[in-house]
Amino acid sequence: MSRIKVTIDGNEAAAYVAHKTNEVIAIYPITPSSPMGEFSDQWSSESKPNIWGSIPQVMEMQSEGGAVAALHGALQGGSLGTTFTSSQGLLLMIPNMYKIAGELTSCCIHVAARAVAAQGLSIFGDHQDVMAVRQTGWALLASNNVQEVMDTALIAQAATLEARVPFVHFFDGFRTSHEVTKVEQLTVEDMRAMISDELVSAHRLRSLSPDRPVLRGTAQNPDVYFQARETVNPYYAAVPAILQKAMDRFASLTGRQYKLYEYVGAPDAEHVVLLMGSGCDVAEEAVKFLVEKGEKIGLLKVRLFRPFSAEHFLSVLPASVKTISVLDRTKEPGSAGEPLYQEVLTVLAESFAAGKLTAMPKLLGGRYGLSSKEFTPAMVKAVFDNMKAGSPKNHFTIGINDDVSHTSLDFDARFSTEHPSTVRALFFGLGADGTVGANKNSIKIIGEDTDNYAQGYFVYDSKKSGSITTSHLRFGPRPIHSSYLISRANFVACHQFSFLERIDVLKMADEGAVFLLNSQLGKDEVWDQLPRTVQQEIIAKKLRFYVIDGYAVARETGMGQRINTIMQTCFFAISGVLPREEAIEAIKKAIKKTYGKRGEAVVAKNFAAVDSTLEHLHKVEVPAQATSTVDLRPPVPAEAPAFVQDVLAPMIFGSGDDLPVSKLPADGTYPTATAQWEKRNIALEIPAWDEKLCIQCGKCVLVCPHAVIRAKVYPSDLAAAAPESFKTADPKWKNYMGTHKYTLQIAPEDCTGCALCIEACPAKSKSEVKHKAINMVAQPPLRESEARNWEFFLSLPEVPREELALSQVKDVQLLQPLFEFSGACSGCGETPYIKLLTQLFGDRTVIANATGCSSIYGGNLPTTPYSVNKDGRGVAWSNSLFEDNAEFGLGLRLSIDKQHEFARELLVKLAAVLPEGLVKGLLAGGQKGEAAIAAQRARVADLKKVLVALKLPEAKALLDLAGNLVDKSVWIVGGDGWAYDIGYGGLDHVLASGRNVNILVLDTEVYSNTGGQMSKATPRGAVAKFAAAGKARPKKDLALIAMSYPAYVARVAMGASDTQTIKAFNEAEAFDGPSIILAYSHCIAHGYDLVHGLEQQKRAVLSAHWPLFRYNPAAGEGQANFVLDSKAPSIPLEQYIYNETRYTMLRQSDPDAARLLLQEAQQDVRERWERYETLATEFAAPAAPATAAKGAE
Amino acid sequence: MVDLSTQYLGFKLRNPLVVAASPLCKDITNLRHMEDCGAAAIVLHSLFEEQLNLEANELDRYLWDNADVGAEATSIFPDLGSYNIGPEGYLEHIRKAKETVSIPVIASLNGVSRGGWISYAREMQQAGADAIELNVYFIPAEANATAASIEQLYLDLVTEIRKTVTIPVAVKVGPYFSAFANMAQRLEQAGASGIVIFNRFYQPDFDLEELVVKPSVTLSDSHELLLRLHWAAMLHGHLKADVAITGGVHTVEDVVKSMMAGAKVTMLASALLKNGIGYLRSLRNQLEAWLERREYESIEQMQGSMSQRNVPNPKAFQRSNYMRVLSSYSLK
Repeated sequence: MSRIKVTIDGNEAAAYVAHKTNEVIAIYPITPSSPMGEFSDQWSSESKPNIWGSIPQVMEMQSEGGAVAALHGALQGGSLGTTFTSSQGLLLMIPNMYKIAGELTSCCIHVAARAVAAQGLSIFGDHQDVMAVRQTGWALLASNNVQEVMDTALIAQAATLEARVPFVHFFDGFRTSHEVTKVEQLTVEDMRAMISDELVSAHRLRSLSPDRPVLRGTAQNPDVYFQARETVNPYYAAVPAILQKAMDRFASLTGRQYKLYEYVGAPDAEHVVLLMGSGCDVAEEAVKFLVEKGEKIGLLKVRLFRPFSAEHFLSVLPASVKTISVLDRTKEPGSAGEPLYQEVLTVLAESFAAGKLTAMPKLLGGRYGLSSKEFTPAMVKAVFDNMKAGSPKNHFTIGINDDVSHTSLDFDARFSTEHPSTVRALFFGLGADGTVGANKNSIKIIGEDTDNYAQGYFVYDSKKSGSITTSHLRFGPRPIHSSYLISRANFVACHQFSFLERIDVLKMADEGAVFLLNSQLGKDEVWDQLPRTVQQEIIAKKLRFYVIDGYAVARETGMGQRINTIMQTCFFAISGVLPREEAIEAIKKAIKKTYGKRGEAVVAKNFAAVDSTLEHLHKVEVPAQATSTVDLRPPVPAEAPAFVQDVLAPMIFGSGDDLPVSKLPADGTYPTATAQWEKRNIALEIPAWDEKLCIQCGKCVLVCPHAVIRAKVYPSDLAAAAPESFKTADPKWKNYMGTHKYTLQIAPEDCTGCALCIEACPAKSKSEVKHKAINMVAQPPLRESEARNWEFFLSLPEVPREELALSQVKDVQLLQPLFEFSGACSGCGETPYIKLLTQLFGDRTVIANATGCSSIYGGNLPTTPYSVNKDGRGVAWSNSLFEDNAEFGLGLRLSIDKQHEFARELLVKLAAVLPEGLVKGLLAGGQKGEAAIAAQRARVADLKKVLVALKLPEAKALLDLAGNLVDKSVWIVGGDGWAYDIGYGGLDHVLASGRNVNILVLDTEVYSNTGGQMSKATPRGAVAKFAAAGKARPKKDLALIAMSYPAYVARVAMGASDTQTIKAFNEAEAFDGPSIILAYSHCIAHGYDLVHGLEQQKRAVLSAHWPLFRYNPAAGEGQANFVLDSKAPSIPLEQYIYNETRYTMLRQSDPDAARLLLQEAQQDVRERWERYETLATEFAAPAAPATAAKGAE
Repeated sequence: MVDLSTQYLGFKLRNPLVVAASPLCKDITNLRHMEDCGAAAIVLHSLFEEQLNLEANELDRYLWDNADVGAEATSIFPDLGSYNIGPEGYLEHIRKAKETVSIPVIASLNGVSRGGWISYAREMQQAGADAIELNVYFIPAEANATAASIEQLYLDLVTEIRKTVTIPVAVKVGPYFSAFANMAQRLEQAGASGIVIFNRFYQPDFDLEELVVKPSVTLSDSHELLLRLHWAAMLHGHLKADVAITGGVHTVEDVVKSMMAGAKVTMLASALLKNGIGYLRSLRNQLEAWLERREYESIEQMQGSMSQRNVPNPKAFQRSNYMRVLSSYSLK
């Protein structure tokens, strides 16, 4: 039977089989498994049928808990069902997994195995999640590479139907789920041959049906529960044989023979390494290499982890084995050994005791590869070297330097098993320049247009703006199983010149490799501008050096900033993987295929780019000597604190892998205010201030997503010490006129160049209206001088907070932001709200942050954007989980309140020995307003001085708690995926609790962080993943729901009304009870240039898609409880939505559906507006909260 | 019974009331209504070259710009398979229009480059269009572009389109030519079967509060007809190509004047946007009544009756007339 070869990644391979062999698919996005759900949803929306000719139903749920519950129901209903997940998602499924297994339900779910959140979250791959479900009664079956993923998905589906034990089919997150490689695609006939219709029928007959009613889910008592739990043993005992039978049947169909446990290596091996997942391919490469050199070693690949079959295991273990190293890709602190080690130990010990083994091999356990830590043949060799050592380490680690517990094995990173016939190419690109996309295309070209094998793997840094991507491509005539990063490349391409001074791009270049650089400098000018290290590496490694001005070609051919096609053409032209003409033709074919449906114009400009590339590609004559006087820049300035220098700087430089264990905090606690040291210099243009034109309104400062444009008013005499180019103006505040100066300053090295500030600026030149009070100018010429100005600006004193009106935009610009330089997207719509929060209350705020964009730009290493003021105060921040954030925040509130209460109690107890006035002041002092807070802080400082001298135990206790006598503001922050979906239950409870917490929902109307999946905040008619046909239901009105508790509720959109936004933040914080602010946040997932974000916010409000209001149950005497802050709709909805791709793409793909959804969405908007208008009328006069709640229902 | 019929692009039309390209033509039900109310032919809304390119480029940019920027979000939007980027939607509209009405349907192609979009003309013909109106909407802002080169661009376009299709081609142009009479003749020589005078160019307005340039769309009025009358009258008898007047046709008098100047048809957009599609019926009835009242036998009879050739004082259309108008104005 002929099967086609496809070049796909592991997720697509799993989803392909899952979608073909199931009927109901319940999904929820979580990295790195999300694409499996997305593929399934897309295929169903394209009406692609399963092998029975029916289109699977795909349902997005509100959480993984919901997904597995829906799956449970679907299975009980008699359908074949599945789900996909990872990490915390799998953990959320545990309760239901017991049920599904306990009821002996046939099912196979697919897991892109990932680390779990412990001391820190990690999205990367290891086996911690799957090992956390090993006790649930599900079979655990591993795949080692993309081909195995596709094959095993089918084998497991076939086996579960016969075994009635549900299967978790897992493969390594990212390394396998995201590795693109050439595989043979199974056919529908293969699947039909593997899946038994009788077994499917048997599954259906076990379903719940009123036609043959049964009952499941009984409550059982001590008399029988135990026995009932033991009834399943025969089913588990039968699994290994059933699975092997399925593997054998599969082999007869495809020729690919799998074993539950597979041995590779010398038949007389003395030392054997044993592991699961993608590491097996790495170990196999190393073992084969070493066996060829005569070593008596071997590898035992474990595919079936549970139920573990001693019989099958022992049958493949060479009798000659003396030492076994079991490698676990997981960590169980405090255990006697990790799970695979323990399983193997049990089997060996029992077998030896039973006389089935003549000798007990020495067993060693080790940990490797946590959170996608590299696992290479060099490490495998080190594991064998350890086995051969006189006193080998047990419970070792490999791949890190553990200088604390000394568990780690040394390894020689130079050891390589790469085959010389395999071409290895490395590409350094910028997230938005299309490098990764082009490389995925190249892999497909090579994989599908030639006989070569091809592999692509892509590494991203943790920033959402200006991120560096590294593409690792291998191709060659031999099958490629090297599932580790390239460390000896024959081709290195650097698509951004600026990387040369930031990271060691040529570190991985092999001798004689090709180096391709995208450079505005030509072949004759480029050499002198290279950092010295780069020159030295080019000379020492005898690199063949080429340059191209990719951006010039892109500009000339209408490609804008995208250099992907251009660099791809260069790669093919230089690498010689295909004859040049053939390569050009293949690229054009790929362009037509990839871009064809995007329109003729797009294809034409890409063709033009290909055609004009080669004439711009030049070889550089490399001089014999390095001559440069510049070198790589230090990752952080010399004045950065020690922790930043020692720990964070290596992470920034890309050498975090080299950090030893001792350098890292044991409990995941990191200092804040470190983003200021990471000077990324990613903006090509930055704003420049025209002080003569500026009206000092502060709008630019307010909207800046990265806090890089700031204003200060300071005593005039301080300006005397300013650098020459430092600009000043007379302040437009009455009380500062004559005595002070005003400066608006840019942080040139931290700006991302989004230009939102320019959009917000209302001041235009009278003689040239395009010239505003701030204007974008090229960054490089200003970098040095503005950096000096910024430094001086920071040294100027902050305006005393008590002198400012915190309700005025103009005054708010003068408040120090305590959130700066995050890695958020350029032009982010969320961060201005967080920054505002920190300006208003940051020095007394604790933030509970739900997982999502805001936790990633808020807390992703290396550096943290939350910062401190001159007194060292600032936001204390933590991310617990995605689903629990409201409850986590409430816990913080309860704790703070309890400690506040206890502090007051101690104060009363100690009153006799404390100054009377001080105690009175501390107990009675109101804390409304900045001055009152400052006064209370002063009293607390005085109290501490007194307490230190007291020897009483209560005094000691009060000393610890005294800080709690100053009011703290608790903010619960997260996105709409959290608030509307996964965290909604908790949010509801917290709103109902009546406790004084503030909730900020950054509403982008979609799951932004995981790549644009629909949430219940997604509006009707918008396209999102899982809503490819446009969302058919309206957006949930969370504001209206929240009003019913009652709680303080506000809907804000800074771009539409900054004043209303500031008012809402102040009122929410002041409200003594739960408050919630729903903040409209423009987002890249809306699909337009975010420079227009503020304008779109205005349109959202003008069309009444996003009406502004504030509902304050505690509004003062004579004031309305409900204030509608925006006017009746003045533009039709389409004038707002059709500026955004999330809507227009539906109009283009299905105009009739778009028209209908637009009509309905317009109706939604109209009805909501009428409802709000009614509320505004109803609550225009003062009303009691109870009445308000009733009215809102 | 007076005969309202006229000839345009080789079609015998039941009257000289043609619907001009406008957003009203996007809706198929409107087309049926237009026919019911007496429209003799319909020019569909334009397929804009720039619009197609813009949509393609924007879709390309926003759907894929943010793909692969991070490990968690390797894409932002689902892949919808097809996007109707290109003329497919428009061609489908032509097909539906042809199924819906029996009067001639004229497709409108609006662009300036000689790129691949010219092939759309062929696709329009294949989709059933009875004729093509080529709308050359060109603002010659480049200082180094000479008048001759711009004129050549027009002619090349017409030649290309003419080669591409076998159905009649009309050309819709603006009035801003140094030698329009000559230009009209050359357009005809290049293959135009009809000259549609004149395009109303988009003229942006200023917002004095925000100090921004804002798009401004104003509907025409009868005053704008005079320029068209003037040129129709001067061209009449010098061209084999049919002249259509568009821009400023609002009343029955406007239609009659246009016919008398020598136009074969009048095209209406603003009048219908203002008064509704039903206004066509009223206009047609008024036209019939006007002719009956004055005992005209047919539209054909009056076509060109007041062209420059056929009036007693041909100079009325030339410079001497201009001087008279000015002096009469100053005397008021």
